[in-house]
Order: sequence, then C-alpha cells, then structure tokens
Amino acid sequence: MLAAIMNSTEAKNLYRTDYSRLKGELAGHGEAWIHEIREAAIARFAELGFPVKRDEEWRYTNVNAIATIPFERARYDIEGLAPDTVGRASLGLLETSQAVFVNGYYSAELSSLRGVSQDVKVGGLAAALNEGAEWIESHLARYASYRDHAFVALNTALMQDGASVYVPPGRIVQEPIHLLFISTGGKKASVSHPRNLIIIGKGSQVTIVENYAGPEKGNYFTNAITEIVVGENAVVDHYKLQRESDEAFHVATLQVCLGRSSNVSSHSISLGGALVRNDVNVVLDGEGGECTLNGFYMVSGEQHVDNHTRIDHVKPHGTSRQLYKGVLDGKSRGVFNGKIYVHKGAEKTDARQTNNNLLLSLDAVIDTKPQLEIYNNDVKCTHGSTIGQLDQDAIFYLRSRGIGVESARRLLTYAFASDVIGRIRIDSVRAQLDKLLAAKFQKDS
Amino acid sequence: MLEIKNLHAKAADNEILRGINLTINAGEVHAVMGPNGSGKSTLAHVLSGRENYEVTAGEVIYEGKNLLAMTVEERAREGIFLAFQYPVEIPGVNTTYFLKAALNAVRKHRGLKELDAMDFLALVKEKMKIVEMDQGLLNRPINEGFSGGEKKRNEIFQMAVLDPKLAILDETDSGLDIDALRIVANGVNALHSKERAMIVITHYQRLLNYIVPDYVHVLFDGRIVKSGDRQLALKLEEKGYSWIEEQVQKNQPVNL
Ligand SMILES: Nc1ncnc2c1ncn2[C@@H]1O[C@H](COP(=O)(O)OP(=O)(O)OP(=O)(O)O)[C@@H](O)[C@H]1O
Ligand SMILES: [Mg+2]
Repeated sequence: MLAAIMNSTEAKNLYRTDYSRLKGELAGHGEAWIHEIREAAIARFAELGFPVKRDEEWRYTNVNAIATIPFERARYDIEGLAPDTVGRASLGLLETSQAVFVNGYYSAELSSLRGVSQDVKVGGLAAALNEGAEWIESHLARYASYRDHAFVALNTALMQDGASVYVPPGRIVQEPIHLLFISTGGKKASVSHPRNLIIIGKGSQVTIVENYAGPEKGNYFTNAITEIVVGENAVVDHYKLQRESDEAFHVATLQVCLGRSSNVSSHSISLGGALVRNDVNVVLDGEGGECTLNGFYMVSGEQHVDNHTRIDHVKPHGTSRQLYKGVLDGKSRGVFNGKIYVHKGAEKTDARQTNNNLLLSLDAVIDTKPQLEIYNNDVKCTHGSTIGQLDQDAIFYLRSRGIGVESARRLLTYAFASDVIGRIRIDSVRAQLDKLLAAKFQKDS
Repeated sequence: MLEIKNLHAKAADNEILRGINLTINAGEVHAVMGPNGSGKSTLAHVLSGRENYEVTAGEVIYEGKNLLAMTVEERAREGIFLAFQYPVEIPGVNTTYFLKAALNAVRKHRGLKELDAMDFLALVKEKMKIVEMDQGLLNRPINEGFSGGEKKRNEIFQMAVLDPKLAILDETDSGLDIDALRIVANGVNALHSKERAMIVITHYQRLLNYIVPDYVHVLFDGRIVKSGDRQLALKLEEKGYSWIEEQVQKNQPVNL
C-alpha cells in the first residue's frame, strides 16, 4: 500500500528537510565546491517546486503522483535482492566489465571490472568524490542544469552515488562497459538519485550501457542524471535501457557535451513504468560534431512515457540525427518533444528528426511535438512525425497464410520497430531486447 | 469440397454479393469472369474471411464444415489459399521468416512435424523452380519493391509452399507480360491435381489458353448470371459483357 499522500508543499519540504539532515554526510561533503553546488541546487528546487501542467515542458506529463508520495531515501539493500537478479539483468554482456548499483549505490561485491584496463576508471561516484579526484571536480554537475529542471535540482542537491567512468585520451575500449542499476523496490516507497559522470578523453572510443531494472512489483522512484563529456574526435556508443515495475517512477536526464569532431550515438529504450520521463540534452560544443539519437519506447496498460530531446547546435558543421519510435497499447500515453536549437554561430548545421508512433489500441494516446529554433540561415533542418495503426491489409494478408492474428500483430509491430532496433550495435543487447519485447507482448495480450 | 448457397455480403452498407450459388468439387478448375466491380474480389475475400465484409445471408460449406464460422487463419490452415489481386507490401517483415512461420502454423494444424530451417530451405528451393523465382526476393521484406510480375509469382510460390486444397486466384494474370503469364500459368498447372480445386478469377480469356477450366461463371452485379464451359469464355472475349448486361436488365434469362 502507498503511504500517506502529501500536498506539494509538504513534498518540497520533505526533500529540503532530507537535505538539511544529510548535507553533513553526503559524498564530498568536506569539499567547498560541491557543497556550494548542492546549496544552490536545493535553493533552486525550493523555488521551482515540482513541475505542474502549466510548465510548458511538462504539459502532458503530470508528476503529481511523484510529488505526493512521501518517498523514503533508498538504502543500499543487497539482502532485498532476489537471487540471480544481476544475472538476469545482464543483457548477455560480459560480466567482467560490469559495475552494479543497488538503489543507486555502487556495489563492489556485485561488480566485476577485471576486464577493464587499469587506466580506464570505472566505479562509484561517491568514492571518486571522496577521494577528491580532479576530473570529478572539473566536470561534475557542470553540464546538467539545475536552473530550470526541478528533478535535476533535486538530484544535484541529494546525489550520493552512481557511476563514474573516466577514459583517458587515446584508448580504444573494446568491451562495452555495463552500468547496471537495480532497484529493490521494498515495502516502503523509496527514492534514489543515481548520479553518473562519464568522461571520454580525446580520440578515445567506448561503448557504455546504462541499464535500469527493477522488480515486477514495487513502488519506487528513480531520479537519475548522467553527464557525458566527449573529448575531441572521440567516438561513443551509448545505450540506456529502462524497464521497471508498473508502479515505478523513472525520471532521468542525459546530458551530453560533444567536443570537436566527436561522434556520439545514444540509444534510449524505454519499456515502461508507471511514469517514465527522459530528458536527453545534447550540446554540439565543438565544430563538426556528429550526434545520433535513437529512441524506442513501448508501453501498455496505464503506463506513461515522455521523451524530451534537445539538441543544441552551437558550432558550425554539426550533424544530428534523431529517430524515435514508439508503440503504445492499452490506455498508455506517450509524449515526444524534440527540440533542435541552432545557435547563431552554427552554420552548415545538418539536423534531422523523425518520430513515428504506432497505436495498438484506440485508447492509447501520443502527443508528439517537434520544435525548431533556428538562428542561422545556412542550415539544413528537417523534422517529421507520424501516428498510425497497424495496417489491416497487412494483418489480413498474414492471416490468410495461416499466421494467427496475435502473431500477425506481433510481427508487424516488430517490423515497425525493426529499423530503430536494428541500429543497436551490440548483438547480445539486441537479442535480449527481442526477448523482452516478446515477453511484453505475451503479458499484454 | 465447397458449396456456396445464396451468399449475400455487404461492405459499408453497400450490398455487393447478392445471392451467389456455386458448388466446386475436388480436382475442378472454375473460372470466374465478370465486369469491373461485379464482386469477384469480394467473393474471394469473403471466402478467405476478410472481416470488412459482412455476410448477411446464405452459407458456405467447406469439406462438410461451416466455413463462415472460421477465422481467417483457420481457413488458411484448413487449406484455403487466396492469391491476392493486389498483394500487400509489408516492410520490415522478411519473406523467408514469414513463410516459414506460415507453413509451420499450417503444418501444426494438420498434425505434421514443423520444419526446421534446413528442411524449410530445401522445400523452398524446390518450389521456387515452379515459378522461376529469384532466391534474392526471399531475403527481402514481403513484396516490398517487387515488380507487379514478381508479386504475382510470389503469390503462386507461396501457394506451392503452403499446399492448399482450395486455391483462389484473383486476377493473377492481370498486368503480366506474356512471358510472366506463361510462368505463372505453368506454375498453376504444376499445382493442379485431383485433390486440389481452383477458382481462377480473370478478365482475360488468354489465361484460359494455359489454364483450362472445367467451368466458367459470369459474375454480374453480385450474382452468377451465367455458367458454362470454356466456350463461354471465348464468347465473352468476342462479345464482351454488354449482351449479358442487357439481358439482366431486361430481366430475361441469360442465353448464349
Ligand atoms: N470494403 C469495401 N467497402 C465498400 N465497398 C466495397 C468494398 N470492397 C468492394 N467494394 C465495392 O464492391 C464492388 C465490388 O468490388 P470488387 O472488388 O469485388 O469487384 P471486382 O469484381 O473484383 O472488380 P475488378 O474486376 O475491378 O477487380 C465495387 O463497387 C467496390 O467498389
Ligand atoms: Mg477484383
């Protein structure tokens, strides 16, 4: 059962009280620079409060449920884990390049990083903060802005742990680095604020998988932030996979900063929770950066998924490609809001955005909105979005060959998603996703 | 094998089939001809179970069972095959994958062992020869970007793989050049057998030079107004449909 409902002022106060109580123990608490950031963030959170409907960026996503549940701060609770939770969530990736986080806290016992070379640093953010690593100070909380996003402010004030990844210049990291975030759920509604900082040195190449998993049941709230800083000419392939309990809330910001001639593709796969909101913000901060965002979301029942992307073309010759595809069943609701912002100095920008949605039921709803803000004449920008249903002629054709109606619907749904899923370059992740989709289908029908 | 009695069907308040009677026995080939819009494709779709059409009266008995009570896929598994007048393009669904799933659904229903990838490939190779189909097409999404002729050949190829009892070919000859027509017709003839019946819908007598029908029916305004043998098709070719139209409008029995 859910704990008592609060009003939004009480909710705000709950987190402020938490902060006051905890600030002397939070990671890096002795360091002035982080203390100042946290103070500014909690003050900003107090001003902003939780977003409401009249906030343009939250028009279609009501976070009242999050604001009114008095979530307890989640603890590192390894006993609460079902056996083989880690194994089942592994996506078939190598176990030797895997950092595991339980309720947002790095778990040395469950992680294995033997396969990662010594000079590539992968571990917990709290430890890195407490050690006073220089690269943390120069980058942490310098990209994701808590000025205008209440959840970012909340995370920034209350963050404790998460992943820290540092790839020095000129390294080709072969094996994907798997960051596995497990929520245990537990009896009481709990909140975690995972905070991830990923720094990729000049000319390096790496694949990173952020994987958020939780139990089938359980009321919890994940409020995550990942900042990725990509050095000049570096190549990054990033994945974020999210699949959580039907009662879970997941709000996450991915903030990516691209250096000159760097190349980033980021794939965001959301398979639902009660409410999922992803903000993906990319700044092409050096000339000739190239960024590809692929998104796939599939929700059913009463689930809600909201993907907001924002690409800032700041420097000339930047390229961005976005393809987001969504499948909505039941009474689920989806939101796609894609903003492309071309700054004055960003001539020769080439930006493309596509959002396609497939509604499997009459009750599912999608709101899709492209936003282009262009302050330079010498650019190419296109966008397009579609909302459709399964093709009845195609269903009939398949059935007329003996294929059952459910299989026909599944085949066509896979077909719809196949291009965006085909862009996943890690075979085992793609295979695992196929399985997850099949299971999701079975559950829904 | 198939008995259609007084079949009426409508779509969107438009009464299209208005009392069809037709009996088909195993081994027989029935040609169905008739002007545009007379209801030929509707008949084919109703037999296949398309839900857009509502059957308002009549019955269809297929191998002693009530065909109209079966779902689309049940009919297919029971051996009904429709070669579409306009085969559907299905982007993203691989042809081989689709056909294997279809064949195994059919085989399972018939109590046969499902085929593994190897056996399936062997079967496919053999059947492709029947319609001289290029194997490359199998690795493409269903019908996507296929030429008209390739689509029609793909229909006959699928028929060969699925081994139906009752094949309904809806204008499989339309739009084909003479070489493609010959290939398709030879494919159909190769599948002609004592156990299998065929309904061949066509506008053109030229197909019937290759596929010799036992019966020819003229469908007009949702009814079969005339049945005969091959000679009827020749006569239609020569005189067109207007004489039938006149007689129907005068409410006269249709005579040659
Ligand atoms: N789904 C539908 N909804 C409404 N009307 C339909 C539908 N399908 C067919 N019709 C109408 O029914 C009539 C018969 O169509 P049908 O396609 O069966 O004709 P046909 O004999 O196959 O013609 P053709 O020789 O041009 O292929 C036409 O007037 C057509 O417009
Ligand atoms: Mg027709």
